Formats: sequence, structure tokens, C-alpha cells
Amino acid sequence: MKIAVGQGSCGTAAGAGKVYNLLEKAIEENKLNTELTITGCIGMCFLEPIVDIYLDDGSLKRLVKVSEKDIPAIAEFTKTNDFDIIAGLEVTDEDNSFLTQQTRIALRHCGLINPEIIEDYMADKGYNAFKKSLTMTPEAVIDEIKISGLAGRGGAGFPTWFKWDAARKSPGEVKYLICNADEGDPGAFMDRAIIESDPHNLIEGMLIAAYAIGAKNVVVYVRAEYPLAIARLQKAIEQAKVAGFVGENILGTNFNCDFTIKAGAGAFVCGEETALIESLEGHRGMPRLKPPFPAQSGFWLKPSNINNVETFANVPWIMLNGGPAFAAMGTEDSKGTKVFALTGKIKRGGLVEIPMGKTLNDVIFKIGGGIRDGGKFKGVQMGGPSGGCIPAELGDTIIDYKKLNETGAIMGSGGMVVMDENTCMVSMAKFFLDFTAKESCGKCIHCRIGTKRLLEILERICIGQGRQGDIELMEDLCNEIKSGSLCGLGQTAPNPVLSTIRYFRNEYEAHINDHKCPACECTELLTFKIDAEKCTGCTLCKRKCPVDAITGDVRKPHTIDFEKCIQCGKCKEVCRFDAVLVS
Amino acid sequence: MSCCCNGTCDLSLLKDVLEKYKNIPGSLITVLQKVQELYGYLPQDALRHVAAELNIPPATVFGVATFYTQFRFQPVGKYLILLCQGTACHVNSSLKIERAIHEELEIEDGQTTKDGLFTLKNVACLGCCSLSPVMMINEDTYGNLTPDKTKNILKDLREAQA
Repeated sequence: MKIAVGQGSCGTAAGAGKVYNLLEKAIEENKLNTELTITGCIGMCFLEPIVDIYLDDGSLKRLVKVSEKDIPAIAEFTKTNDFDIIAGLEVTDEDNSFLTQQTRIALRHCGLINPEIIEDYMADKGYNAFKKSLTMTPEAVIDEIKISGLAGRGGAGFPTWFKWDAARKSPGEVKYLICNADEGDPGAFMDRAIIESDPHNLIEGMLIAAYAIGAKNVVVYVRAEYPLAIARLQKAIEQAKVAGFVGENILGTNFNCDFTIKAGAGAFVCGEETALIESLEGHRGMPRLKPPFPAQSGFWLKPSNINNVETFANVPWIMLNGGPAFAAMGTEDSKGTKVFALTGKIKRGGLVEIPMGKTLNDVIFKIGGGIRDGGKFKGVQMGGPSGGCIPAELGDTIIDYKKLNETGAIMGSGGMVVMDENTCMVSMAKFFLDFTAKESCGKCIHCRIGTKRLLEILERICIGQGRQGDIELMEDLCNEIKSGSLCGLGQTAPNPVLSTIRYFRNEYEAHINDHKCPACECTELLTFKIDAEKCTGCTLCKRKCPVDAITGDVRKPHTIDFEKCIQCGKCKEVCRFDAVLVS
Repeated sequence: MSCCCNGTCDLSLLKDVLEKYKNIPGSLITVLQKVQELYGYLPQDALRHVAAELNIPPATVFGVATFYTQFRFQPVGKYLILLCQGTACHVNSSLKIERAIHEELEIEDGQTTKDGLFTLKNVACLGCCSLSPVMMINEDTYGNLTPDKTKNILKDLREAQA
């Protein structure tokens, strides 16, 4: 029997570390004949901590939401093999359908193998794709990727083979392969999960790419906020070195390849390839003028190719199973699968990998189980701060690059934040603009100052000081920012504003004309009232009100003085009788 | 900007780091990360020293240091609270958590409590979106926060201190 505890960042945050330690203790104390190991993130974040028990016949018992108090039961089960003891902990069929409806390529090992042991990866044809690639010419490898139709998974969706080919054909002895693991898009965490859960898959993908373009140096640029990912990747690189996959004369060929990890220092703009290169060289991460493209002149002005983590994670599977197998999945324009980070007001949140061509509703309702707490689906933000909000009416939209672009959103890196009727779309646009205004590197005036002005208008609207003509002013400003910015950050920063205006114009109008927030989120626009019938006069709200705006005697209905009220919402938060009404 | 080390910085701490990276081009960010590991923040004296040793204009060093969100110019408290303000956390009311922290500790983003115990810093995304709202205190991540839960976590840390 083998027990594996899911130890990605999410699992650890949910208490997986504690569960592991207690299991270790229980196994030792009871002298159990059980192997205890760790695994990465299976992507069912809503069920963490997860403990997988592999029985001697190879079958799996997956226990979910395991806490300290469940440890004795698990120990007892390993002794007696009595299923009844752990029946209550087992994942339900409904929750398990979150996984069974997925098609996993980039995530195929995540949560199933121990990411810190190379043998676990090797056991499932690990590094076979790399070995196979070494027997092919670099051109043939690029051709295979071309047939697969793989496109960059970081956001732009540019054909991967094209970039590889350009870097390969660029003259020069020294070339660089760079992995963009600076997952800066708030709401996306698939890259972190891949590095933490299956680092060798990423390394193998990078090795194949390095071989194809003729690069001897691979640089991985990882967010400093992901310490566990950095540690596991470092460990994996060392193991790959010992196994002879990294270093000089790899596997007896004349191919040499070395890896360096660089920790990013936190800047969203470094997701842009030329800004990332600037940062790698130790400068401020400000984008360069293109052309020349990195394929001609990138890191240290040498030909460089940059791909994102998920893109590389698909490569070994493609080389093993062939380009046509990958291209068989998906739509006319978009091939293969894509990983989405499903979060927000969703019942079952986590990592979802599906073939392109499914609809948004498939993901949100069939896989994600719909809206949390019985709420109503209002919209979904795709592509983070560069993307847009797609309203519930367009839930049938097919997931592929082209169809998503038509809605005004983008595929982006795959962040999918679901919103219900309590989310104010104006406030949402403000939230993203606040982010991009802070993250603008300042090089282009339209991006630097334009986003700031746009944010100021949104802030005004959210506190009831919107003016007639604000919507048109913002639309105008958005177009200016789009056309006057050098890089993707500025060119896409207005998308959240434009898409919310397009689909939720009535909410903007309610804020501006009626000084009302339909979603009841913009506190300055709310009025708080106490329902005299429900109020029991418990005095709790009166005591908690920071500005003494509530009056009333014990056991008699209280009232709120509108003049004094600062709309902090404290009374509503503490009321146990649902007596505070908001409008 | 001030320095933590009784008014003067012990620059000798930097010797090994500078020795190691001096001749590796493009290492400025890595060096600054090491400086911050050593002192807990980037003291002005240390930045000047780095500039002189790496032969980079001080303005460039300051320019790089101020560009990235990871770098700080003030010492932080014993407990550094990184409050996630990512999209998923925002949708799940991270603002209420920020207010709870403010009520409990009377600090806002970027500030440190008077007793030097807690520093609050808003961050873009910690990548634990499914547990939102989330905060990290030093190495530990706390998920599915509510205002009350947040206050209790802070109270426990403060009591453990006393």
C-alpha cells in the first residue's frame, strides 16, 4: 500500500503539510507496512488537502478534505483494509467528474507522480520524447510541432513552430532558449502547478526545444513569489544532470545544454518577451522596440526563443504521440488542449485541461459545477487584466483563440474568473485598471498616463461622481491607449473597460445617472436601512458602528441615521437576523 | 530611508555576494535579492556600495530597485503579511480582509505596527486562487479567510509573542 499526500502550494495552504507529518507519525507508531510519499497538485483545489491511497491491487482510494482528526481512521484502514472506516472521506462521483471530464496533456502527471523523484517521471515514458528527438534532425522536430498546430499558451497564441524555426534559421553560434515562468496574471496558476507537480516534463520540453533551435543555454525566469516551484525545478535540473540529460555530450551525442534559473523580482510587464529579456540582463523590465524580434536579437543581442511553461509542457507528449494526434483535438484554428485556472464564485475551482472547442458553459457548469452558494452566473473574466468580461448570455461561446477574441476577451494564459450577480462590473474594470496602471512600466505616455486617467474616471463613477459623457470619454481614451502603446500591456489594458462597457453598459449608466450600484458592491452608492420587523434590538450593530449612526433601545428596533452613515457595511456584517437591508 | 543596523550598515556582509556576482554580467537583480535577504530590506548605504563595487551608476541601481515590487526600502516587521489582491481574491471580498487587518493592527498597505511586529503588503497574486481570499504570513499561507478568522490568526500570533 502506498499513501500520497498532495503537496502543491494550494494543498500546503490547506494544511497538507500537517496531514503528511501526522501520517508519518501514525505509520511509525503503528509500525505500518505503508509507503508514504508526496505528489504535486491534481488540480482539485476545492478538495484539498487530498490523500491518495494506492491499494496493493493498484486501485486508488482518493480521500478529500482530510484534516487532523481523520488521521486515526486512515491509519486504522491501512491495518484492516476495511473500506467502511474511510467511506465518508472518499471523493464523491460528482466531485470526481471534475477530473473525469478533462483531457490531460500538459497536466498529465500532475498529482499522480512524486515531482521530486526523477524515476517516477521516467516510469511513464519520461525523457523518451527527448531521446526520440535526438535521433531526428532539428528540422524534423520543428516539423512535428508544426503539424501539431501547437500555439503559444502564454497569451498571444502565436504558432510555436514559427518562433522555433525563426530562431533556428537566425545566424550565430550562441543562441538562447528562455522559459517564461513569470506567471504574473492574477487569477492564473497553471504554470506554478506544472513546475511544482511535474518539473521534469517542463525540462524535457525545454530540452527538445533547445535541440530544435540549436541553443546550448536555457534560462528559466520564475516568479520569486513561487519559492516551492523554484526549489523543485532546481532539484529536478540536478537530477536530470546526474541522469545525463543535461550537460555536455548528452546521451552520447554532441548536443550540449545547460540550465540557469533566474528569479524574477515582481513586474507584470516582464511577461512581455523583450521586457523579460531586459530583466534577465539586470535592467528595468521595459519593452524594446520590435523589430528586431528576439529570434534575431534577444538575450545579450543573441537569437533567442521564449515560450511559456504550458507550451513546453505539451512538447514531450507531442513528440511521443506525434503531431497529428495533438492536431486531432480542438478546432479549425486552435489545436490541442488548454489549461484553465477556474476560480471566483465557482463551486468547484481548480485546474481544468480540456480540448479546445468546448464551450464556456461546459467548463463552468459541467466541470465547475456552477455558481457557488446558489448564485446566478453573471459573467466570466478571461485572460486577466489583458482580457475581458464575457457575459452569461455568451456562455455558449466556443473556446478557441478566434472565437474568444471576437467577444472582446482573449484566451490569455487561461485565467477564468467566474462572477455572480454580486460582482459590480464597473468595480471590476476599476480593479483591473488599478492593476495595469500600477504595472505600466512608464515607457509609453499613453499607457503610463492614459491608464491613470482611465482609473480616475472609474474611481469617480464608483463613488457616485460620474458625469454625462464619461462612457464616451473612456471609450476614446481606451482607443488612444491601445494604439499608442508599444507592448501588449498597454495595447490590452483597456480591454476590461471596453468589454464591460460593451456588455454591461446599463451598469455604468446606473452608476452615472442614478448613482446606484445594481450589484450593491460600490459602498459609497449604497443606503443601509434596518428592517424593523426583523430587528430584535440586540444592540450588536449599534455597538459595532464606528460612527455612532445607529440608535435604538434594547429589544426595540434600531434605526440608522443616513446623515452619519459612512456605508462601511459593518452593521450588515455583524447582524445575526438579516435585518440590515441594502439598496 | 534609514538603516537597521544601529545607524550604520555592516557592509562586510555583502563581500561574498559581490565577489560571486561581480564578474557575471546581468546579475544586478540577483545581487539586490541577496542584499534584501541579508538585511530584510535594501538599505541606502548598501545600494551605494553595490553600485560602486559593480561599477554601475547609483541612479541605475536605484532605478532597477524601485522598478520591481519585490524590493523594499524600509525594514519590515517580524511578521510580513502578504495580502493577495488578485482577481479571484478580489471577487471573493479581499477588501473585507484588508479592513479586518486594519481594524486589528491599525496599519494600512505598506505600513508596520508600532511594536514592529507586523507589516502589511498587498500583492498581486499568490497563485492559490482556489483558496481565496488568501494571505501569506512569512512562509505560511492562510486560505478561505473571513474577517473574524483573519483577526484570530493575528491575535494568535501576537499572543504567541507575549
